[in-house]
Amino acid sequence: MDSRTSVLSAIIAALLSFIVFERFVLDPSPSTQQPQSIPSDILDMSVANYSLPPLPYAYDALEPAISAQIMTLHHTKHHQTYITNLNAALTNLQTAISGADIATQVSLQPVIRFNAGGHINHSLFWQNLAPASSSEAKFTSAPKLSKAIEATWGSEKEFKDAFNKALLGIQGSGWGWLVKVSGEGKEEKLRIVTTKDQDPVVGAGEVPVLGVDMWEHAYYLQYQNGKAAYVENIWKVINWKTTEERFLGGRNDAFKVLKASM
Amino acid sequence: MAQTLLRSARPLQRLGLAATQQTSKMSSLSLVPGEAKLPDLSYDYGALEPAISGKIMELHHKNHHQTYVNSYNDASIKMQAAEKDNDIQSMISLQPLITFHGGGHINHSLFWENLAPTSQGGGEPPSGALAKAIDDHYGSLDSLKGKMNTALAGIQGSGWAWLVQDKQTGKLAVNTYANQFPVGGNFKPILGIDAWEHAYYLQYQNRKAEYFKAIWDVINWKAAEKRFT
Repeated sequence: MDSRTSVLSAIIAALLSFIVFERFVLDPSPSTQQPQSIPSDILDMSVANYSLPPLPYAYDALEPAISAQIMTLHHTKHHQTYITNLNAALTNLQTAISGADIATQVSLQPVIRFNAGGHINHSLFWQNLAPASSSEAKFTSAPKLSKAIEATWGSEKEFKDAFNKALLGIQGSGWGWLVKVSGEGKEEKLRIVTTKDQDPVVGAGEVPVLGVDMWEHAYYLQYQNGKAAYVENIWKVINWKTTEERFLGGRNDAFKVLKASM
Repeated sequence: MAQTLLRSARPLQRLGLAATQQTSKMSSLSLVPGEAKLPDLSYDYGALEPAISGKIMELHHKNHHQTYVNSYNDASIKMQAAEKDNDIQSMISLQPLITFHGGGHINHSLFWENLAPTSQGGGEPPSGALAKAIDDHYGSLDSLKGKMNTALAGIQGSGWAWLVQDKQTGKLAVNTYANQFPVGGNFKPILGIDAWEHAYYLQYQNRKAEYFKAIWDVINWKAAEKRFT
């Protein structure tokens, strides 16, 4: 391989990696983000190294709704494992791209989707939780969002009932999300969606407002098969201030915690 | 039309298990809507320790499996009513519930059978035709265990890994299934390992590789041999 070819493949590798990041994290508008306008600091990210974002509260701060043991394992072990596997997969992807190994590039996609999804989902989840005694945990900390919720579902209670029903209907591992959907030229709407495994909420036009983890590792040590009680109690530790900020902001605002961990 | 609807009145059959072949070996698997029952274990809850704790076994059997049984009964009764009323929309919306809860009932019933305390032969290697097929196909039992453990570790979310037999070729294969999808179609189940977090979390937490390693100490290969033809 001559030097021109190797420079060229390095650029292609960086661009392809960037496409992966764009899909999961950065969300630039494709119409304005032309390849030649990628700044050098983004090219440097082709060897990304994500790290575990610190929790904005102590491990025991969500008790009794969520035990310190669950929070510690969930953050330092489960979330960390998604990050470790994501970093490894991205390194392998880069090698596969440099080596023009298409089969490996394809086989890495589900691994990246799963582990990047796990990193995204958990990063958003920690931020939308808060100690029950804090002012953030009050529904009134989300004045505009609460209005929109009441306009959509009738009342806070009816919204929570609908959300809980969606959570308890998940078959296997997954998440429940309140998302803001902005259609083309239409007004923004709130919607409850469920996602399987670690599929991230990165659908077109969707802004994640509030996520609840329904993997068994999120509650099992404390609630065992009593997941209805977990679902009931989690409302006591929702950070409504964060949900209000996400509701008022765009997708990039919701994902800023991920950018900070790169 | 009436015949088609009548045929679909036996939900478990649609899951790919031929009622006459597969379920005759499992007396606990009732095909009558609303009458599925939790099968008894042939060993005590604590009998699989230290591989699987008594607490896990008790919750897993008495609570998780029971919930699949209850929910399957509920869904199958509703399905029967929907069929009687020719309510196709309800029938369609009930399908995923039948698959999930019926699958959960089938998977766990097979799982309990393919486990045994070491005092009752748990962990003793297979013999006869199954042992030969494993050696022919995988080289050794250890190599098969390694394949199963890799498959288990690779499950993204909840699911199962199964050693299955291809009904057409008779060959063995290792398959994974998401959530509670039961082994079906061209394959029949020989040996299943539950990779849902509730199957190990109280004892192993995030260290699931340790669970996958330990469970081989309580695998009932005699049960697997009976399923292999």
